[in-house]
Amino acid sequence: MTASAVDSAVGLYRTVRLVRRFEERAIELVRSGDIVGGIHPYVGQEAVAAGVCAALGAGDLVTGTHRGHGHVLAKGADPARMMAELTGRESGLNKGRGGSMHAADFGVGVLGANAIVGAAGAIATGAAWARRRLGTPVVAATFFGDGAVNEGMLLEAFNLAALWRVPVLFVCENNGYATTMRVDDAVAGSITGRAEAFGIPASTVDGQDPEAVLAAAREAVDRARAGAGPSFLECRTRRFDAHHTFEHVVRLRYRTDEELAGIRARDPVDIQGARLDAAVRAEVDEEVERVLANAVEFALASPLPDPLTALDHLYASGLRPRPGSGV
Amino acid sequence: MPWLSYQKALNRALADAMAADETVFVLGEDVRAAASTVTAGLVGRFGPERVLDTPLSEQGFTSFATGAALVGMRPVIEFQIPALLFLSFEQITNHAHKFSLMTGGQCRVPVTYVVPGSGSRTGWAGQHSDHPYSLFAHVGVKTVVPATPADAYGLLRSAVQDPDPVVVFAPSAALARREDTDLAALAPVPLGSGRVHRRGTDVTVVAVGHHVQDAVAVADDLAETVSVEVFDPRTLYPFDWDGLTESVGRTGRLVVIDDSNRTCGIAGEVIATMAERVRLAAPPARVTRPDGAVLPFSPELDRATQPSRAQLAAAVSLVVKERP
Ligand SMILES: Cc1ncc(C[n+]2csc(CCOP(=O)(O)OP(=O)(O)O)c2C)c(N)n1
Ligand SMILES: [Mg+2]
Repeated sequence: MTASAVDSAVGLYRTVRLVRRFEERAIELVRSGDIVGGIHPYVGQEAVAAGVCAALGAGDLVTGTHRGHGHVLAKGADPARMMAELTGRESGLNKGRGGSMHAADFGVGVLGANAIVGAAGAIATGAAWARRRLGTPVVAATFFGDGAVNEGMLLEAFNLAALWRVPVLFVCENNGYATTMRVDDAVAGSITGRAEAFGIPASTVDGQDPEAVLAAAREAVDRARAGAGPSFLECRTRRFDAHHTFEHVVRLRYRTDEELAGIRARDPVDIQGARLDAAVRAEVDEEVERVLANAVEFALASPLPDPLTALDHLYASGLRPRPGSGV
Repeated sequence: MPWLSYQKALNRALADAMAADETVFVLGEDVRAAASTVTAGLVGRFGPERVLDTPLSEQGFTSFATGAALVGMRPVIEFQIPALLFLSFEQITNHAHKFSLMTGGQCRVPVTYVVPGSGSRTGWAGQHSDHPYSLFAHVGVKTVVPATPADAYGLLRSAVQDPDPVVVFAPSAALARREDTDLAALAPVPLGSGRVHRRGTDVTVVAVGHHVQDAVAVADDLAETVSVEVFDPRTLYPFDWDGLTESVGRTGRLVVIDDSNRTCGIAGEVIATMAERVRLAAPPARVTRPDGAVLPFSPELDRATQPSRAQLAAAVSLVVKERP
């Protein structure tokens, strides 16, 4: 392991590189049929998760999205157990019960990716409020896309967070599209204006640059720890790949060829990589490859869950549901 | 005759409904790009005023459709995933459904809600695999679950023309189904009329949606020992009780396969109603999801949580064992 702090130049690079290569390996596993159901690739947006999570402490909390692998990994989850989750293994973070869109690791403060757009903001707000109330205050960062800012439930979360000065950081990953819908066709007013309307300080940052995201997130986290309540960060970013891997099979036309040709012009991995010595960069790259080779091997060698346990964990009380057949 | 897929049948039904009635319009997420394929070609043919791409604001656009319906339009909402019905449940059940009675009949709310890809999508896990048709039947919102391409066409046409809100579930497992179809014969299928897919004399299997295919397959497998009638209600609310009573009256035995959770699922209602109406020759059986099912991600677990052909065959064998 590279022993650099996650918020150092090397640490940030390691995170964006790890997330990038994790996604590329995962896409291969989608193609080979080892990951069933596909994924929403985070490729292109790595700087957001890396920068925000580097501003958080180990005990802080995050909630992720359907495009959530980056959030889970950047917060410190084990890539091998994450890959095992995506391949539906008993050794996965969620014992194979959650998959790509629900990966969670409470041990490192990941309260879960959430597949319902706009739904997690209020969950993060409640968790951060409760930790303060319980006398063990932390900051919660909640990620969501540009599509989510049009969901009423997220706007309700802004109000609660501002009203009760909750230490929560709302992170909007504005990648320009909600599936096929352009942000300009979907958002009346502005994204930051929504937060400002509730008195939440909001800023816009270059979401391709891990250090820019880190700096902005740090300010917000400091403010939250000082008791000044929520902040809002709009990270302008790009989704390099498909909305979901199904698009690799069924072509949807919503980005022009020109736009697609230039989409990778500002690559967070290269932006951060250029800040390192070539030798250091190569060393990190090599280490990341080792970690991921091990992750894939671990995942594919892990046993699949026993179908008889399909509804284990349904109830925390241990209540066993009636089966669907038989008397 | 050409092969018509279930998805294409829905697409054709929408296009025909829009061509037939100027007040029909479609709204939903990614409907112009036709991410689900069900709305393919509509914006090119009917223009952007009749095919609205909505922001991700399900609660808002569901009631927006109610408002448009109150003053004379016939909106068709496409919900990309079944969970969006949970999100907009209040808007559908507490507003669209109640306005007619609450206003003393001053208005009607002819909105159609279509979910292409309901139920398990194998690998889409807990929040994308629900099949909440029984909830809508319980509340009394008209609910249809077509099993075949021709029925998908016919029921969607009827749903759009119906004066009340109608939810149309298009099960993921049925979407790829194709059928040799006489396109000229495609026609609206009245809501509330069931269909017998296979005649039989020993037992009636009521199968909902994609499970109709399973029921027919099981009936074929068991054909040497038992004669199975397969009844597809097509509409769960209003239900074709008379059609089913006729069938169960003949066979005297009943098995239901239904992709709902067991408690308060439509299978329970079918069994209760037949117990009230028919003197059954043997205790009936149902094959459903388990109580409270949340579909786990891992494919084997996902399958283990849904009704299977093996379970259906076992249930049929059990019910016919007791000869009169
Ligand atoms: C409430 C809700 N509506 C619709 C969907 C289907 N859906 C999944 S992702 C997505 C687009 C989300 O766009 P955005 O928030 O910008 O995130 P991005 O995919 O760009 O990361 C949609 C419409 C959903 N999962 N939840
Ligand atoms: Mg987006």
